[in-house]
Order: sequence, then structure tokens, then C-alpha cells
Amino acid sequence: MNKRRRIISVLMENEPGALSRVVGLFSQRGYNIESLNVAPTEDDSLSRLTLTSVGDDLAIEQITKNLNKLIDVVKLVDLSEGSHIERELMMIKVRATGSMREEVKRSVDIFRGQIIDVTQSTYTIQLLGNSEKLSAFIDAVGETIVLEVVRTGVSGISRGEKILKL
Amino acid sequence: MEMLSGGDMLIRSLADEGVDIMFGYPGGAALHIYDAIYRQDKVKHILVRHEQAATHAADAYARVTGKVGTVLVTSGPGATNAITGIATAFMDSIPMVVISGQVPSDKIGQDAFQETDMIGVSRPIVKHSFMVQNPADIPEIVKKAYYIAASGRPGPVVIDVPKDYTAPNETYEYNYPESVSMRSYNPVQKGHSGQIKKAVNAILAAKQPVIYIGGGAIHGDTPELVTKLIKTLGYPITSTLMGLGAYPSTDDQFIGMLGMHGTYEANTAMHKSDLIFCVGARFDDRVTNALDKFCPNAKIVHIDIDPASISKTIAADIPIVGPADSVLQQMLPLIEKGKDKVDQPALESWWKSINEWRQKHGLYTKNRFDDQSEMLKPQEVVQAVYKATKGEAIVATDVGQHQMFAAQYYLFDKPRKWVTSGGLGTMGFGIPAAMGAQMAFMDETVVCITGEGSVQMCIQELSTLKQYGLPIKIININNQALGMVKQWQDMNYDGRYSEILYEDSLPDFVKLAEAYGHVGMKVTKREELMGKLEECFAMKDRVVFMDIYVDPDEHVYPMQIPLESVGDMQLSKTERTA
Repeated sequence: MNKRRRIISVLMENEPGALSRVVGLFSQRGYNIESLNVAPTEDDSLSRLTLTSVGDDLAIEQITKNLNKLIDVVKLVDLSEGSHIERELMMIKVRATGSMREEVKRSVDIFRGQIIDVTQSTYTIQLLGNSEKLSAFIDAVGETIVLEVVRTGVSGISRGEKILKL
Repeated sequence: MEMLSGGDMLIRSLADEGVDIMFGYPGGAALHIYDAIYRQDKVKHILVRHEQAATHAADAYARVTGKVGTVLVTSGPGATNAITGIATAFMDSIPMVVISGQVPSDKIGQDAFQETDMIGVSRPIVKHSFMVQNPADIPEIVKKAYYIAASGRPGPVVIDVPKDYTAPNETYEYNYPESVSMRSYNPVQKGHSGQIKKAVNAILAAKQPVIYIGGGAIHGDTPELVTKLIKTLGYPITSTLMGLGAYPSTDDQFIGMLGMHGTYEANTAMHKSDLIFCVGARFDDRVTNALDKFCPNAKIVHIDIDPASISKTIAADIPIVGPADSVLQQMLPLIEKGKDKVDQPALESWWKSINEWRQKHGLYTKNRFDDQSEMLKPQEVVQAVYKATKGEAIVATDVGQHQMFAAQYYLFDKPRKWVTSGGLGTMGFGIPAAMGAQMAFMDETVVCITGEGSVQMCIQELSTLKQYGLPIKIININNQALGMVKQWQDMNYDGRYSEILYEDSLPDFVKLAEAYGHVGMKVTKREELMGKLEECFAMKDRVVFMDIYVDPDEHVYPMQIPLESVGDMQLSKTERTA
């Protein structure tokens, strides 16, 4: 069966231990997590967790069923089943000296990023987009000048009227 | 409004929840709670000799009564000792609440004396867990814990309570909630009616059907409904280790246990079936054998309360999520009153085949084991116990060959009489489990069928049995080796017996029993077996330890051949299926 990357969005109780139950489930059952982010929502009692995982339909079905079994999980949706928007934020520090300073600046403009910190020898760049775009930027500037990469992991939301809410 | 301390609230909540018995062991972090126990008389506490035994006893109490078992342990080693029993209950979906003391809240995370992150350690083997954050929440947490443990797919729930939250100097308004609702937890109450109709059509259209039940069929009214279903349809029924007793084993339509040590007729019927109707079982590896060779012609109808158990290993053609009893309740009228009827000629010829298999290699055919051999055979010991107890005992087991022989030869006609660690396969389960079952039913005969390996893993509980006057009968099927490991070493490792022998170090079990104040008896000969067993079961108020020496070379058969289909079995040391 075809392995695909899925974005699973989870609303869970904002309780201590809830996150470790979700993360533990993945290691316990041998599922993989590519990225994971979690933060409170407009409702204080709920956190929203977004994770990406690669698997075939059966594996993803088991993941969603087992997530749903966790008492702390209130609701979840596989965003990749419908039309959706995904975004990830990256902060990347690169070596920028001599002619590379112009070169990097040009790439940042092409990718619609911003340079958010400058020293005589480095740039720190902020870039927003889907995961592919962020990876493409790293390829474009070339790994040799990359000093540090911080990515938030994917967040996602459905398009149109569809919402994940209580 | 009554004002109570955290410790008093905890025990009062248990009493208000209807808990009559708990099993436990005190320690530093649980001292305030134990003081609360001392000052009341509603909840009886049984002092075990090791926390593992407390969990197994509470687990067995739950298995035989259908109620939730309750355990109380202290922090650190008390909590970690309970882990094996929690995992045992988790694997077999047994409702249990385990309360563990914790170091005071301001010491958590400081590697305090007897500190263990119990919530973390137990996380993968609990249905849910609670860390008390505020003593005022204790009644609500207890209510939720019992609700979660017992509802849906049952399982163990841990409540971790920091010591300072149980201290007597601070009191809170006590109010035990009558009910509890949780927005994130709403177990399914009914099956999907469209799926049920589809299932009924498939079941009635089958020519070679098998009904396959598991531990889920023990719950609620499921046993009566399964029996009604089987009698209405006239179909054959098989059961997993966990489901034994949900349908009467002595009934002709019962074709025996299936799986690794299932009967020839049950495994063969499964393999050749065109429809498998699974009620509350989970197609685990001890049943299915190789997944890619599993029942090639069968359509699968699967009822389970847990959606994650459906299509986990074997894809269901018609899945139904819901409690087995309510789904069967919905299903029965459709079968009884619907237009479609069972295909009687097909069913007759199916039964003809099954009966032929039964006569050819069934458990009761001649030469299944040699009952004229010089040494006693383990199978005949189980049969003699069955006879001596008229098939009416509650039977707890340990894990290994004796467990499989008990499953094969002790025929359970009623649910909740069979107490065995199926999923986790926990050696040491037997004595404490028998203890918990006897505690629940003081007037019933409770037997622990065990082996000289397993029995030594929780043998300290002989002392607890004495203290509380729990007259269980221990049938130690002594083959002087770790028999199941030995069998595998015989079959797969050319008889290289790695670390399974005791080299004359076995204790004199008769003297050991006597040292604990019990009766010990040794049996080595066929002629004395029945007489001694009758003597044993006549001693109604004594614990009797029967040390019965059997043939060390006996194997459990049938045995599925690894990596093959359900129907591929070794039938004896020399025969296998074609």
C-alpha cells in the first residue's frame, strides 16, 4: 500500500501528562513522528497538537484509532484527507561573508523570507511556508554555509468552512 | 457539609463507590491513607506479602465478580512491584484501580526517598492515570477512575497521590459525585444498525461458518446471548483462552479452544471456514499464526468495543464497534424473524466434516496421551481435578504447559470461573489470583493449577492465605523443569536444555506448605491420584498444596507450526497435519 505523509491535528485536554501520552503512544506502537508541535488554543482547557507521520492507510487508521482511545484526546482530524493549508516557520543562521552576503540576500528575497539578525559574518533568516519550501531554501543557499536550523514543525488548518472545534 | 482530610476522602470515596475489598501493602508515602483505613470499617484491606500479588488478587477478584478490583501500594518499590500486575490486567482488559502513594508534592522530581515517576512508569500499561494535583479533587478523580476502568474496553487505572495531599491537618468539603461525564470519553453504547444488518446477511449466507469468541464475550449478558445465538443458528463455536466459559464447554456445538494449542477440529474448521464471526476477540498472534495464511476463504465479521482492535492484524469485512451484548441484542431478532434462513444442508455437511476431525484427532480420542505410562501424565491430573470438583470449581492458573492442559481438559460451563493470564502470560499469577477469587467467593472451591516453576514466583502468598483463612487448593503439576521452555527446546533447539533444570534444588513442597501452616501432600502414582484429590477437596477450610509428580517429557499438543496457517499443527511428537 502507498505510504503518504499525513498531518494529524489533535485537540486535547490541557492537562499535565497529556502530551507524554500522545508521544508515548507513537514509540510504544512503533509509529513514526516526523514533526510535532503543540500549543494552547483560544480555549484555556484545550491544547492543539499537530503531528506529521508517514504511513499507509492501515497504519494511519491505527494511529488515529489509538489516539482517539487516549482519554485526554477530545477530537482529531487527519487534515491531509481534505483540502488544507499547512505552514512551518524556520529560523536559519548562515555564514555570510564577502560576495555570499549579496548572494544569500537574493535567495532570501526570492523565497520571501526576512533577515532578522545581522552580524559582520552571519545572517539569521526567518522563512515561512510549507515544509518543502523550507527544505528547498536550505538546498538553494547550500548546506556548506548553514550554521544552525530551527524549524517549528508543521501546523495546519482545513480550508473553507470546515473547523476542528468542540 | 462534611469536612475530611485527603486520606479520609480517598477511603470514603472507595466506600461510597461500593468497594468492599482492597489488596495492598503499606509504606511511607501511603501512611496517612493507611491511617484512614484503620479508622473505618467499610472497606476491608487484605495485606499481601508482595505488591505484585496485590495486583493479581485484585485482578482475579475483578475477573470472577465482574466488578472493579482495587489495589493500594506505596511509592517507589511499592509502585514498581505493582507494574507486572497492572500490565497483566491491561493485556486482558481487566477493570482495576491502583492507588499509589507518592512522595510529598514539594519533593517530586528531587529523587526523594522511595520516589518513582509512577505515572510515567505505568503510562504504556494503563487505560488512564491521574496525578492528584489538589486534594479537593480526590472524590471526583476516584469516581472517574472507576468509571473509566469499568466502561468501554475495561482496563487498569492508576491514581498517584502525593503524601501531603492525604495529611490529616487539612480538611476539605467531602461530596462524592453520583455520576461523572467526560467530554473526551464516551464509549460506544450500541452497534451501527446498517452494519448489523449486513452482518446478519453474511452470517446467514455462510456455508462453513465458525463463531469465534474471546474475553469480550464474558462481559454483561454476552454469555447468555451468545448461547442463544449459537442455539438459534446451530453453528459451531470456538473460543480463545480468554473466552473459555462464556459458552458451555461440554456442549456439542463447542469445538474447543482455538489457536496455538487449540483443538484440531477448531483450528481446522477456522482454516476451512467461509465465514468467521468474531465476538470480542482480537485476532492475536497466539490465534492467527501467520497472518498472510490466515483463513484464506473466510469473510470476517468482527464485533469489538474497541475500534483499534478491529482490522489491527486481520482486516474485517464487516466491522461492528459496540458492546457485544448490546450488538447481539440488536442482532438476534433479525436472525430469528428475518426472511433469510440458515442453509441447513450446507450446515449438515459442515458438521459432518467437523465431527470427522473431532473423531480423528480430538482431545478425547484414544492415544492423545498415554494413560498407562509409568509416570502420571499432566493431562490426566487435570481430568482428575475436573472430576473431583465436578467441573464446578473456580480455576486459576499460572503460565506454561499446566495452563494449556488446564485450558484443554477442564471444561468450563459457566463464565467467570476461569482465571488465567492470557495476554501477558505472567508466571506467578496463580496463587494470588486464586486468593483474590476465594476472597470474592468464600464458599466456592477455588483451585490453583500451577507448576513447580511458576508457583515459586509468588509463593510468599501462602502466608497471606493463612492470615485470612482462604482455603484454596494448589495443584502443583510438577514435571521438574520449566516445561513449556523445555518443549520449545525439544522441538526447535535439538533438546539443548538451556537453564530449565533445578538440579535437585526443588524444595520439599509438602514441608513448605506445612511451614506456612497448611496441608501438603505428595502424589507420584496413578493409583493414589483420585483418592488423594478427594481427600484434598474434602478439607473445606484448609489450604492444601498437592505436589503431583508427572512425566517430565510430556508436550502440549496440538501445537500450531510457526509461520504456517491456523490449521497447520503438530499433533504429537511424531505426527503433523498434512
